[in-house]
Amino acid sequence: MEVGDVYSSRQLDEAEGEAIESLKAHRRQPISDPDEWLEEELKRNILLTSLDAMLNWSRRSSVWPVNFGLACCAFEMIATAASRFDISRFGMEIFRASPRQADLMIVAGTLTWKMAPQLRRIYDQMPEPKWVLAMGACAISGGTFAQSYSVVPGVNRIVPVDVYVPGCPPRPEALLYGIRMLHHKISKMSIATEGK
Amino acid sequence: MTLALSGEEIASQIEEHFPGSIAESSQQSLVVDKEFLLAAATYLKTTPGLDFDYLTSITAVDYYDYFEVIYQLTSLQHNHSLVVKTRCYRRDTPTLPSVVGLWRGADFQEREIYDLMGISFEGHPNLKRIFLWEGFQGHPLRKDYL
Repeated sequence: MEVGDVYSSRQLDEAEGEAIESLKAHRRQPISDPDEWLEEELKRNILLTSLDAMLNWSRRSSVWPVNFGLACCAFEMIATAASRFDISRFGMEIFRASPRQADLMIVAGTLTWKMAPQLRRIYDQMPEPKWVLAMGACAISGGTFAQSYSVVPGVNRIVPVDVYVPGCPPRPEALLYGIRMLHHKISKMSIATEGK
Repeated sequence: MTLALSGEEIASQIEEHFPGSIAESSQQSLVVDKEFLLAAATYLKTTPGLDFDYLTSITAVDYYDYFEVIYQLTSLQHNHSLVVKTRCYRRDTPTLPSVVGLWRGADFQEREIYDLMGISFEGHPNLKRIFLWEGFQGHPLRKDYL
């Protein structure tokens, strides 16, 4: 007797057909979703909070920075954005090339008087609410070029600065610390006093 | 490796064609009188065997008594180089002929020297400040600028 006599392809096809017909006959209605837990979760998910807390939470959780690398500090900023330090952990992986889509301007480097009008223009183009982080000695005070004929002695002559990160250049950890400080600052904002 | 030509040898060649044009020369460089600068530069660029077709850089130095402008020339064809200098003595209105007509690369560098040293280049197509802004007072790389 050959194997083909018992399990011929014909028999296999017939068995498959029977199984499908039986399934089709018995599964006329969908199985209900396992959603018994939903009601329980819903109870636990009603959160009472202030509008300020929610707004600030959402704002600080995705602070998009605008590209403003002026000098060597920019490389530390780039390193901060890249995989090793990774500011996407704070929801800010997208460095915007357009100020209109940005919330934070990280002024990374030496600002010259000739560049100052452009810095101000980009700041003005950013939508409210917006923040400025001065990164490194040059952005804070002009640094080693403070007495120079061409360097702005601190970007706070041009735009209001929220956070100062010292260093020459600051390491990515320092910039991350500054960003965390900005998050703390944002979490203390209130819409009652905004724009003041 | 680029061969640095002897300033003395080239100086004697230039002196032969333009008598009285060489102020000084050494192994490293030669100093050409500013009246002969364009003629000497044209000669260096167009003479077969020299063919200085590439201007590596121009820079300027303030020696109080005079400004020295240094042209670093290279021949890509022969892979040799030469340093040519010239001096201008009028501190209030220092002028030199522009070499933009010979080497287009001189454009921005002559503007830089004009901006920071205050030397005017006659014949430059667009001589205005390049790093600093219109209305800036003085020329910051001068030794007496404070």
